[in-house]
Amino acid sequence: MPDKPKVAFYWCASCGGCEESVVDLAESILDVVAAVDIVMWPVAMDFKKKDVEAMADGSILVSLVNGAIRTSEQEEMAKLMRKKSKLIIAYGSCAHTGGIPGLANQFEREEVLRYVYEESPSTVNPQKTRPELKVITNGSTVTLPNFFNVVRALDQVIDVDYYLPGCPPTPKLLKQALEVLLSGKLPEKGAVLAPDIALCDECPKKDTKPSDLKFTEFKRPHSIQIDPKVCLLAQSILCMGPATRGGCEGVCISGNMPCTGCFGPTSRIKDQGAKILSALASQVEARDEKGIDETLATIPDPVGTFYRYGLPVSLLRRKNFNSTG
Amino acid sequence: MPTVEQPKENSWEPRIIAFFCNWCTYTAADLAGVSRLRYAPNARIIRVMCSGRVDPQFILDAFSKGADGVLIGGCHPGDCHYMEGNYKALRRMELLKRMMKDMGIEDKRFRLEWISASEGERVKTVINEMTEQVRALGPLGLPKKFAEWDKELESLEHEINAKGDTVHA
Repeated sequence: MPDKPKVAFYWCASCGGCEESVVDLAESILDVVAAVDIVMWPVAMDFKKKDVEAMADGSILVSLVNGAIRTSEQEEMAKLMRKKSKLIIAYGSCAHTGGIPGLANQFEREEVLRYVYEESPSTVNPQKTRPELKVITNGSTVTLPNFFNVVRALDQVIDVDYYLPGCPPTPKLLKQALEVLLSGKLPEKGAVLAPDIALCDECPKKDTKPSDLKFTEFKRPHSIQIDPKVCLLAQSILCMGPATRGGCEGVCISGNMPCTGCFGPTSRIKDQGAKILSALASQVEARDEKGIDETLATIPDPVGTFYRYGLPVSLLRRKNFNSTG
Repeated sequence: MPTVEQPKENSWEPRIIAFFCNWCTYTAADLAGVSRLRYAPNARIIRVMCSGRVDPQFILDAFSKGADGVLIGGCHPGDCHYMEGNYKALRRMELLKRMMKDMGIEDKRFRLEWISASEGERVKTVINEMTEQVRALGPLGLPKKFAEWDKELESLEHEINAKGDTVHA
């Protein structure tokens, strides 16, 4: 079937939820399969790296790559997919903005490895064995990819054409994106394939959002009985809606859970965390330092809350350690 | 002709970005100048209409582009030309300070001061103090750090390129 455009899926540092969202196309996936040739999809099909290597450069129409880049293997595969594909879509929060794996940018490489191989409660490793990059055993050499110091979003490693945001992206957005790409009417390079409006704009509770909020404390969803009809911010629940791109149609909000920011910022925002910090802090009621600090102390983890999906693409990128590692 | 002393190759001077509000602190800095007060030349002043206009993004942007310190000057509480701007600035900065600490940026690199239009002397004191504080901390140098972090990507780049041309099917 030489006429069908080739499509590839690949995953890097991610949880598998993005793969799940492709399957969530449900019966529409049959239309996708009918329209394209899937040439690589590690989670579902048995194609190998060498199969991709054997393809001509640029012969894949589009590769949807999810996950952040944390290891040299992920970097190598991302670069290979780039070489073989006309278009690369950063699929999901991790590829788009670094995602949950990006929160590891608060720790040094050594801290991460020490915790995982020595200190975590479920680890038994009295000899403190660590994986080696290269081991020669019985005359053959076994290698492992390198674990980088920094977690990166996909476009910090390769050139990216489009972004599909979300943790994971909704099947509706994926379907729309594939339709647009297959139609040949390509959007502007670098476009995020979701509406460029804040989530508040499409929020089902929008009408109850007061123009002026006066926070005296920030509450967590489990600690109160949430009124399903009222704006969560008006109920003192920390919601990332004002600084987050819409397009998810408020799926979390409809389930009475606040937005945690997975769609990333709109095009007008440079740093999602700084922007939501600004929006929320400025509406604290207190005017004196003590009162302000008391209210803000009810946000226990500002970095983890405001940069939950976007630390690697934030202005600071990573915690500043005195050592350069 | 007076000679200008050239800074030595490796000498480092603190770079401080100062956001001063139009109605109070910028006017005070103007007064300091008119009064011919001498103070450290390390602050680059940016005039904004209100300390409440200073988006936390500006501050992070300044650090990420090489600032060693950021100073914000606004009107005293109750004196804001726009009624509420300086309170908003205070609230934002309280939270930003906490967040920056978590991101490994010392809180002494960052200062919010209320300086009224008549306090030219205070501009001098604050800029001098802050320059010395930041000097004691040393350079933050984020752009250099970003470049160092990204060196880990270069090694593989060479390896991949060394593999030569791709096989065509």
